[in-house]
Amino acid sequence: MKKQTLILSLSLALVYSAVSQANEIDSRLKLYQSQGASDFSASRGESFWLKKHPDPKKPGNHRSCGTCHTDNLHSKGKHARTGKVIEPLAPSSNNERFTDPKFIEKWFKRNCKWVLARECSPQEKGDVLMYLKNK
Amino acid sequence: MKTKIYYITRLVAFSLVATSLSVNADGWFSSKRSGVAPVTNQLYAKECSECHFAYQPGLLPARSWEKLMSNLNDHFGDNAELSPANTKILSKYLNDNAAETSNHKRSIKISRSISKSETPLRITDVGYIKRKHRELSRRHVDDNPEVGKLNKCEACHTRISEGSFSEREIKIPGFGLWEDD
Repeated sequence: MKKQTLILSLSLALVYSAVSQANEIDSRLKLYQSQGASDFSASRGESFWLKKHPDPKKPGNHRSCGTCHTDNLHSKGKHARTGKVIEPLAPSSNNERFTDPKFIEKWFKRNCKWVLARECSPQEKGDVLMYLKNK
Repeated sequence: MKTKIYYITRLVAFSLVATSLSVNADGWFSSKRSGVAPVTNQLYAKECSECHFAYQPGLLPARSWEKLMSNLNDHFGDNAELSPANTKILSKYLNDNAAETSNHKRSIKISRSISKSETPLRITDVGYIKRKHRELSRRHVDDNPEVGKLNKCEACHTRISEGSFSEREIKIPGFGLWEDD
């Protein structure tokens, strides 16, 4: 009986965190629409995620989101410079992702500037979040 | 009664002096404290450890931190921008706890090893730090998969989060205790 209660509360906790992650993403998407973005597309987000950009520091090399996060959203990544482990980005593999709006925006800003040498538009950020949301 | 108060006052005064003096690693009585002051600011601990070890403020002089904090959009080639509010809080914390303001042994040595005309941006460019790591070779650091660069202090300094850099606590991955090497 005790075991069943434990399993039930664990599953409830998982469902709860999945719901709050989805809610946080949805409120980001609403914000981006209020900033001028139109409908979001997960497949557009995926191509944006995978696109390789020339590395301004190392001629012949490329930068993409996967340089640090890897292209498998469920696996751990590694900071390109310091080697520090980056926990998975997929909400289903990491329930701490997409729970803090300030954290999301801080890292969008830093990483867009690193990969694209500019900030991402509300449309691009929304497309990427649509892609990541159900991973 | 008067004599009793006199003795108590003397005892209190003596204890105060005794606690302000401590035996440091060199075995001398001094008011210096060992290592560097550990990080106490929670925002600093969180923000600065997202990409690397949150280096203690006492590892660089205030002018170095000031220069680093004014250029976070190009932080050794990475964008590490913070909100203006957080930049202000962390700049103040760094300035208030920089090497030259500290009474910790390592901070004092770091501070003394930097000339007034220098503003090192890397802890590994500080004279004292360079000197202390002179005996290391490529196999310990650059060619060591668990270290890679000298800036990964925490790879070998096992009690670094307490601000302790004592030689007997150094353990190089793949090589073991430094003192036995």
